[in-house]
Amino acid sequence: MATFGVVVFPGSNCDHDAYHAMKHVMNSDVKFLWHKETDLSGIDFLIVPGGFSYGDYLRSGAIARFSPIMQEVVKFAEKGGPVMGICNGFQILLEAGLIPGAMMHNEKLKFVCKNVFIRTESTDSIFTSELEKGQVLDIPVSHGEGNYFIDDDGLKSLQDNDQVLFRYCDAKGKLTKEANFNGSIDHIAGICNEGRNVLGMMPHPERAMEKLLGSVDGKPIFESILHSLSAA
Amino acid sequence: MYKAKVNVTLRPSILDPKGKAAHHALQNLGLNEVQQVRIGKFIELDVDAKDEAAAKEIVESACTQLLANEVMEDFEIEIES
Repeated sequence: MATFGVVVFPGSNCDHDAYHAMKHVMNSDVKFLWHKETDLSGIDFLIVPGGFSYGDYLRSGAIARFSPIMQEVVKFAEKGGPVMGICNGFQILLEAGLIPGAMMHNEKLKFVCKNVFIRTESTDSIFTSELEKGQVLDIPVSHGEGNYFIDDDGLKSLQDNDQVLFRYCDAKGKLTKEANFNGSIDHIAGICNEGRNVLGMMPHPERAMEKLLGSVDGKPIFESILHSLSAA
Repeated sequence: MYKAKVNVTLRPSILDPKGKAAHHALQNLGLNEVQQVRIGKFIELDVDAKDEAAAKEIVESACTQLLANEVMEDFEIEIES
């Protein structure tokens, strides 16, 4: 059975959500990995969870990327190991250079905490293989700095390489201006790296796993991941 | 010991929502002469280096690696002895 590792920084606050989602909903093995650890042996899949690592001082994710474990996460990813960064985790992966681009403050400056809709843009990844192209997911967001930015050449390269996995949309899957609540370029909610083994996404699929909590639309993402790990 | 003053600013092409909000508030104060506001960061560093050029090199390395994110920010360094 595949073992998941959830990285824990001082200030992480979605580490337990990720642990719970993998352990109790997906029935997988999960381990917490403290930011000072450097041993990733036995880990098949890494989750860099949400929160406010190191207080988000300077810029979100800027300090966390220099922590001991992040050096190992980068090596793991560069060898093709699968990594998923959620919210603050996405910001950390950007700062670490595993995914291109940067995060700016939300266009309207507000911290936004609510359920939003995202559209599946590509199923050609280990994170989205069990979804259908165009499938709309109801997933919560909770961030103040989720306004994704990349320069024109970088955006073209993301589009050409089919690296945009999720875009903010309305309930019907339309890319309306209102749906793009944080002002992200090209409605981007989640992208993968060129090697397609690293995913960064601002919405929290690990918080949409049980009907009791409002939505189960996060599950197919983790089902895709488990499917790819069992096939490997 | 050298004192380095670093200004980190958003690149001109990047929208600055904080600057816009401050600009809006200044207009509410009646300061309509203010045409634009851009907000950045000011960082001071005390650097132990053998000369000014060495100090500048150290601060540049600090900026490119950590203090600024060059995807969206520019930086300027001023060294004082």
